[in-house]
Amino acid sequence: MRKLSYQQAALEALQEEFRRDGKTLYMSEHVNEPLRQEFGAARVRETPISESAFVGAGVGLAGSGFRPVVDIGMATFGFVAMDQMVNQAAKITYMFGGQAEFPILYRMTIGTGKSMAAQHCISPYPMYMNAPGLKIILPSTPYDIKGLMKAAIRDNNPVISFEHMALGDTIGDVPEEEYVIPLGVADVKRDGADVTVVALARMVHIALDVASELEEEGISVEVIDPRTLVPLDRDTIRASVAKTGRLVVVDEACQTCGAAAEIISLVVEDGDTYELLKASPKRVCAPDVPVPFSPPMEQYVAPDKKKVVTAVRQVIGKKLKIGGVGSNTT
Amino acid sequence: MTPTTRNDLIGMYTKMLTIRRFEERVAQEYAAGAIPGFIHSYIGQEAVAVGVCENLRLDDRIVSNHRGHGHCIAKGADVRRMMAEIHGRKTGYCKGKGGSMHIADFSVGMLGANGIVCAGLPIAIGAALAAQLEAGDRVVVVFFGDGASNEGEFHESLNLASIWKLPIIFVCENNLYGANTPVGDVLPTSTIAERAGAYAIPAKTVDGNDVLEVREAARGAVAGARSGAGPSFLEFKTYRWHHHFEGGYFPDLRRPEEIEAWKEKCPIKRFEEKLEEDGVLDRQGREAIDREVMAKIEDAVRFAVNSPYPDPEDALKGVYSE
Repeated sequence: MRKLSYQQAALEALQEEFRRDGKTLYMSEHVNEPLRQEFGAARVRETPISESAFVGAGVGLAGSGFRPVVDIGMATFGFVAMDQMVNQAAKITYMFGGQAEFPILYRMTIGTGKSMAAQHCISPYPMYMNAPGLKIILPSTPYDIKGLMKAAIRDNNPVISFEHMALGDTIGDVPEEEYVIPLGVADVKRDGADVTVVALARMVHIALDVASELEEEGISVEVIDPRTLVPLDRDTIRASVAKTGRLVVVDEACQTCGAAAEIISLVVEDGDTYELLKASPKRVCAPDVPVPFSPPMEQYVAPDKKKVVTAVRQVIGKKLKIGGVGSNTT
Repeated sequence: MTPTTRNDLIGMYTKMLTIRRFEERVAQEYAAGAIPGFIHSYIGQEAVAVGVCENLRLDDRIVSNHRGHGHCIAKGADVRRMMAEIHGRKTGYCKGKGGSMHIADFSVGMLGANGIVCAGLPIAIGAALAAQLEAGDRVVVVFFGDGASNEGEFHESLNLASIWKLPIIFVCENNLYGANTPVGDVLPTSTIAERAGAYAIPAKTVDGNDVLEVREAARGAVAGARSGAGPSFLEFKTYRWHHHFEGGYFPDLRRPEEIEAWKEKCPIKRFEEKLEEDGVLDRQGREAIDREVMAKIEDAVRFAVNSPYPDPEDALKGVYSE
């Protein structure tokens, strides 16, 4: 076991997969230096500021037997290339009746926390969840990003990796031995009995902090990290809520039609799980505003510990001590 | 001019006629209500697809646009599977999932028609980069129209092809209209080819209704790409006889005299005259070829209309590769 940062773990994933498969290729506006030093300029390409062209080139490369990794940079820049991702990459396998495979990994940076303001800050994964044909990963730890990126590169479909800007330097355990995390498998980051908190990306860490804090009060919080948004591990989420009867979803994306909306829906629409709910689900999301620049405002719009604790208390009923009304001992 | 055998010439003529008869028959089927959706007819532009593809090998690749039936046939696709796809049948190239605008035959290097104007250019860039990395001498041709030359991706793609010296030939079929918009209303220069110079790409503007001129212009471009000289740009002046798409959804605003004048410059008629003049093919020979072509097209239509539709639940399949 080693301690690696999120960024280092992502790089390791790339290095291992690039050594393993000579058909991998990297494109980005800022050259990935360590990768270029090992694999050369032909395979690790510096692009002009031409998102549509290089995002679309990923499609052409993939359909011609290569396995490109396309680093778009900030997710807000991705919209310039939306046609190539949503009308081309996402649909091309289907529209052409499966005549070719299109293995592509698109990387984009999401989230808030560094005062980058509205045109550099967004969590747009809900929009892409609604474009059939893409797969989406949302890693929250160094362990997860390495395993998921390896799986994503090996997947024969277009996959988008949304990577939170505030997680880059976070440190975590990463095994020495090779491992791959299959797409579509959620991770129970913390076992609990009283309430299920499904959290996404940076929110996973907030949820874990909240869980530790509330444990002192005798509230047992189960934290689920979906890790992959498409395909989404519905079974794990439903099983957890069936066990606890209470659901809070914490998502930094804007509230309307966010990923939280989908997660709550999939729980509520399942008759068996619905019957076991002890309270209506709650979501803790960003409000429907562009991300503001000034730090007090930027901090205000992101879900934080206080907001998550409030939501947990709401689904639990009131402030509890062990054995109080609403706890799992009733 | 490249030395050419009689067989080569007959082959090019047959291909152009195949495209013409295919498109005529598709228009008929469409008018009879047998084809759903949109059909963008290639009638009048046959010399471009055939003249360009005459220089390509099976392992070269083309990317096309919404007006893609001609490119598909010129690259060697099977008219039966094309006709079936256009009719929405299970036996079509795309299992009925794509239709006319998403015709593709990857087995002959036809990487797809595209319903988004200009979207094929970045995809073609990727295919050309793949060809370059494979270190063979495969080339990629991307077909698009005058309308596409105003999209941002046009400029991005030319720029990228140029700095990376990709083995790609940009083929612009300037048929003088983007839907009902005359090219003069939206192009500040007299040619589209001169835009390529801004990206240091050699370019030519050529009569797109002379199949031998098209072939010769493309020959140089393809040879350059194969030898590592990088991209080139060919603008072919041509004209589509039919409206933007079949069905009269909005009126064709072109003057009938203009359409008639261009019909006089029909690429097939011009080639027939030349072949007759040169003693390669006489009227009897032409009629024999036409009978053969018509038989093939009729067979394709029969295959299509006798093929089953996909099961509705097939809509749920094939979103992802395994």
